[in-house]
Amino acid sequence: MNALDASGDNLVQITDLTREFSSGGGFLKPRRTMRAVNNVSLDVPRGKVTGVVGESGCGKSTLARLVLRLLEATKGTVTFDGKDLSTQSQAEMRRLRRRMQMVFQDPYSAIDPRYTIRRALLEPFQVQGEAKSASEAKATVDELISMVGLSPRMMASFPHQLSGGQKQRVGIARALALRPSFLVLDEPTASLDVSIQAQIIDLLESLKEELGLTYLFISHDLSLVRYFCDRVVVMYLGRLVEILPGAGARPRHHYAHALLDSNFEPDPTRRKVVTMLGGEIPSPFAKIPGCAFAARCPAANDLCMRERPPLTDLGNGHMIACHNPMD
Amino acid sequence: MMAAFEPIKTAIRSPRGGASAAVLLLVVACALFAPLIAPYAYDIQNLPGSNAEPSAAHWMGTDEFGRDLMSRIIYGARTSLTVAVTAISISVVAGLSLGAMAAYFGGWFDRTVTAVVDLTWSFPEILIALILIAIIGPGVGSVMVAVSIAYLAQFTRLTRAQIMALKNETFVEATTNLGAGHFHIIFRHLLPNALAPVIVAGMLATGDAIILEATLGFFGLGAQPPTPSWGAMMSSGTAQIFIAPWIIIFPGLAIAMTVISINLFGDALIEALDIRNRLRSV
Amino acid sequence: MALLSVQSISVSIGKLNPLDGITFTIDKGEILGLVGESGSGKSLTAMCVMGLLPRIGGAITKGSIVFDGCELIGLPEIEFRRLRGKRIALISQNPMTSLDPIILIGAQIDQVSKLHLGLSAEAAKARSLDLIAQLRIPEPAAIHRAYPHQLSGGMKQRIVIAMALAADPDLIVADEPTTALDVTIQAQIIQIMVELVRDRGLALMLITHDMGVVAQACDRVVVLYSGRVAEMNAIGEIFAEPKHPYTRELIRCIPRLGQEPGSLKGIPGTVPSIIDYPDGCRFNPRCGDARELCRAQVPALERKSSGLAACHFSEV
Repeated sequence: MNALDASGDNLVQITDLTREFSSGGGFLKPRRTMRAVNNVSLDVPRGKVTGVVGESGCGKSTLARLVLRLLEATKGTVTFDGKDLSTQSQAEMRRLRRRMQMVFQDPYSAIDPRYTIRRALLEPFQVQGEAKSASEAKATVDELISMVGLSPRMMASFPHQLSGGQKQRVGIARALALRPSFLVLDEPTASLDVSIQAQIIDLLESLKEELGLTYLFISHDLSLVRYFCDRVVVMYLGRLVEILPGAGARPRHHYAHALLDSNFEPDPTRRKVVTMLGGEIPSPFAKIPGCAFAARCPAANDLCMRERPPLTDLGNGHMIACHNPMD
Repeated sequence: MMAAFEPIKTAIRSPRGGASAAVLLLVVACALFAPLIAPYAYDIQNLPGSNAEPSAAHWMGTDEFGRDLMSRIIYGARTSLTVAVTAISISVVAGLSLGAMAAYFGGWFDRTVTAVVDLTWSFPEILIALILIAIIGPGVGSVMVAVSIAYLAQFTRLTRAQIMALKNETFVEATTNLGAGHFHIIFRHLLPNALAPVIVAGMLATGDAIILEATLGFFGLGAQPPTPSWGAMMSSGTAQIFIAPWIIIFPGLAIAMTVISINLFGDALIEALDIRNRLRSV
Repeated sequence: MALLSVQSISVSIGKLNPLDGITFTIDKGEILGLVGESGSGKSLTAMCVMGLLPRIGGAITKGSIVFDGCELIGLPEIEFRRLRGKRIALISQNPMTSLDPIILIGAQIDQVSKLHLGLSAEAAKARSLDLIAQLRIPEPAAIHRAYPHQLSGGMKQRIVIAMALAADPDLIVADEPTTALDVTIQAQIIQIMVELVRDRGLALMLITHDMGVVAQACDRVVVLYSGRVAEMNAIGEIFAEPKHPYTRELIRCIPRLGQEPGSLKGIPGTVPSIIDYPDGCRFNPRCGDARELCRAQVPALERKSSGLAACHFSEV
């Protein structure tokens, strides 16, 4: 590690980030709060792919939106390239957004149905107040469209005339229009066919090399995350339970292990016997004093029910929040 | 922008859309070019020739003052359409603004708007209009104000529902993330996508507004004599219903034909725009 | 003789022809995987077997479907009803719409065995409780008295499976039964379903887009592409020695543990749209080995060294 500037090797630093949502509180309904993201601290190293994996309701999408300040945090800070996002003015935030962009899960609704592809790709410059002459606009759109492997003939098309994969390519081109250095990828392939999913991952890989991008990759697919990411962060019910330093690292948290165990290999000679997890995923509104996974964990004891395990370093950047880690 | 006219073309090509469009065109032409089309002036009285039945000279007969009924119906289209279209236009624009702001910004503003809208929604439009006219007094202007306020709840509610659904679409979040402000989001994304159902609802409401205007005219609360208004003409025809039924029949037919055509064309537009579900979401 | 034999069926819906010559068989006690991407026609194939095609305005124009010696094409709806639920059960993708939200879960399962097995109310209830327990749902009695909305998605799908098993069917058609569920829940449900099907010697037609699930659960696989069968073979051969380029590429689309970065490529192009199918082999625009013949002539589904494949150039 060489000594860089204040922000060091980490483009994004997340510290004690918490976001609460409340529901109810209306007529005759008690107000309830849930912590979608609960005290999360995480560094996103420059030029690397950090993967966040977890099942529905684990808070990974909320985390993505907090990192880009599309949602305001209840507590904690996000620092982007040394700047604390929560203290930025609206104008400063608008400038910063040029450098941090997002690719969304649902390419079907990520583009305004009334916009042509050309107009959608020029909109980033429009909202940033960057006027372009007709010839500049054409050159920009041509470049963006070919960068993501689409044909310039599609410029005049409307989103509904494109396939899911093509729409997602437009989504990526739009995110790249302002030349960001950081991309949050929120399940960018989850709604695509398998053969198209691999294409998009391939595209994201080569764009990262070409443009020197840093990715935060959100997914529920552990095999994809292990293939694509340099570091894997496992979330459960709003909390970080394990950070795997590399794709090859063996998970030692019981939940991370169960997640890996649930992932069937495309190889009939390696069938597995899935360990049945007992219990149900607790309600997100439940106040859990101990480990969030304790109710389903085969190794849970009294301590796990009572006391929340801290995230501790096992060495090599392998972090785990578990009182009784697996061997 | 040519794409905006596509649904209208499609609607006109369907049989009922085409027929209703032709009738509407005729009514609009009457309103616009009444002095050119009408065979007589609307206010020339001819007492000896009063209550004359339809003839070659007076195709629809004359009323109790001997005025040519057809001319009065042609001029009456002016009153009806002006009142209905102006009132509904004001109502649509106000409803779009209120509904969009309520849905987008939420909070106390949304709660207040929703409460007022729900309250007015629970009264029939005619009652609201009557109360308002009782306060501000009769006349064409009053009827316009009354009708536009009577329908405001409908458009506010519809717009609010549309914007509520649209603001959770990914493209709104994506555009926010590009650095776009509220103004850009509302005017470039939300309103253009919410517009179609609101405009069609406005068109359909114009038909209702014509009936409402005629009803108020029937009670003598609208255009004051001698300005012809379909509702007032029917009202004056009630006294002669057994000796000169045409005085009440022809204005009635004019109202019915216009309103039916508006509804049929609106239906054809709904089909062409494929927005039946979105209108039902109110 | 096979329990279910589907012989080159073609389907039309309006002017579209979404299925063209689908052929496969399922034996008793066999788990057959029906794999394909969106638009491949896998769900439509299930609808053909279930006799549900007329409900979406479709019709089988050619071929035959023989179930246990009985031809299903042209079977009157009234007789189909006797098969459906009783001898052929369906598990659909969305457990939310498979259960009636206002009827108790127990009553919904009881109803199946009362209707199809003629059981008394008590016997039906005992049977339902037993089934719920076999699906490893804790506290069967409490679940029996619950309403669907009180259960999680995974639990609801287990109940749907219990309902499918309630009438002792011979064949279960499961259309993406776990796609809507989280991975840990999906793995458990696949495991339980496969165990129960194997224990009872039932035939299962498992429709999925997930090659991992196929590898885990199936005995034999039919790969569909754009409404045609690309390949059919035993599970081992499909993965070890795919005969059709599409199968080969599809397997390569799933990253394996330890796979080199940059080596995941996907299949170029897009799945063709039904209104614009290419001539010849429908995979030819995306196939690295496509030649003139592939663009000109539809490859027949032929016997290869093992299994069947529809490719002009698979020599193996």
